[in-house]
Amino acid sequence: MSTIGSRALGWSAAVGLALTAWMALVASPADVLQGDAVRLMYVHVPTAWLAMYLSFGVTTLASVLYLWKRTRRQFWDLVAGSSAEIGVVFIGLTLITGSIWGRPTWGVWWTWDARLTSTAVLFVLYLGYLAIRRVPAEPHVRARRSAIVALAAFVDVPIVHMAVDWWRTLHQEASVLDQRRLGDPQITGVMLFTLLLAVLAFTLLYFWLLVHRYRLARVEEEAEAARLEQALAERRAEGADTAPAAGGAAPEPDVEMTTS
Amino acid sequence: MFRDAVLVAGKDLRIEARSRVATNQVLPFAFLVLILFAFALDADRGQLATVAAGLFWVTVLFSGLLAVQRSFALEAGDDARDALRLSGLDGAGIFLGKAGAVAAQLLVLEVLLAAGVVVLYDVDLRGTAFLALICVLATAGIAAAGTVYGAVAAGLRVRETLLPLLFLPVLAPVLLAAARASEAVLGTTSTTMADAWPWVRLLGVFSTIYVAFGVVAFGPLLEEA
Repeated sequence: MSTIGSRALGWSAAVGLALTAWMALVASPADVLQGDAVRLMYVHVPTAWLAMYLSFGVTTLASVLYLWKRTRRQFWDLVAGSSAEIGVVFIGLTLITGSIWGRPTWGVWWTWDARLTSTAVLFVLYLGYLAIRRVPAEPHVRARRSAIVALAAFVDVPIVHMAVDWWRTLHQEASVLDQRRLGDPQITGVMLFTLLLAVLAFTLLYFWLLVHRYRLARVEEEAEAARLEQALAERRAEGADTAPAAGGAAPEPDVEMTTS
Repeated sequence: MFRDAVLVAGKDLRIEARSRVATNQVLPFAFLVLILFAFALDADRGQLATVAAGLFWVTVLFSGLLAVQRSFALEAGDDARDALRLSGLDGAGIFLGKAGAVAAQLLVLEVLLAAGVVVLYDVDLRGTAFLALICVLATAGIAAAGTVYGAVAAGLRVRETLLPLLFLPVLAPVLLAAARASEAVLGTTSTTMADAWPWVRLLGVFSTIYVAFGVVAFGPLLEEA
């Protein structure tokens, strides 16, 4: 199940990540204040970017496209689910790497700072989304339900962000994309290059993972349908065998497809 | 739409008035939580008073969860959900009605709970009108978001465990904003009334967004379940 396109994507992601690892661990200098801990940033920042902007952005977009009648296709539902799953894994990694970095730098594993808090809430929000996707249902029922939940979660994101921002802020300001300092970023040279390279590598990795997770989702759907067909056929055969003796009532197929 | 809303809210509230589940189970539960907090945080009165605003809203949130669950359990039996779907009532109207009924129950609960907090946690209310405003806005948000998620979870076998996972994170900003704003009313921390206004605005924004979201999304949600 791999095409030239996805293989090329995979290899470029692998090369990008290898190069990032070398740049981050060997070529770039240690920070004046943070020492070697700064090297974690080359993982932490890209995972956060991948999870919060790429993954959840794609999930939202795909959910909207699914809900919009003219573009309603199962493709968008599976893309939304696949992307959210990748996002939740990487937002978990963001929290873990941030925690490891916070210990030597701030002296604590966790602090109730604005960005940490909103990231944690985001993590739980999308865990909920994945949970609703896991509930067995007809594909189109599940798709619509999940798309609505995805949008309800998405409209919450800016509010959560605003709320915890007012609550307290300790995390650094955005270093690269701060509007006031655009064109004059606070990190420069090798470190900036390494960070941008890492972001690029993780972006490639995301699309590679998305392609494969989507294919897997597609195959899962087909397998599910095939199992249902098979179960129906088996029950019918049983029914045919026992029909004269048992009065003809074939038992319901024992496949949990619908819940309501 | 509003006529439908009144009909549905009337139905839900009438059932509550007759079955008394809210008064006999949800309300005692809320008081129980207040008492449990007192056990958990030691009966050191000063400490309880400091965190009273937060505890009040956590209790409201948990009670809101029960109220939403109850609101959809009403229609679980006798295929009442299908009947509601087939009734020809507007989806947005059903949403506003159910959310309105939940909000009405929660508001009553909040009044009683506030009295409980004043008595049990030894705090003073310094602006009842302001607290009422906070309660109305926060309750509208809780009821609206809760009703959307209640409809998502209704009819599923895993609804009891799924609903909290969906419902509580979405309401995190409501808890934060309502608790901070109420602190000003209770005067238990350095939060002043001037600090509280942005939080009240945030509550207003949240409630408006989720009421609008529910009005749009409830029809399709009801159709498929």
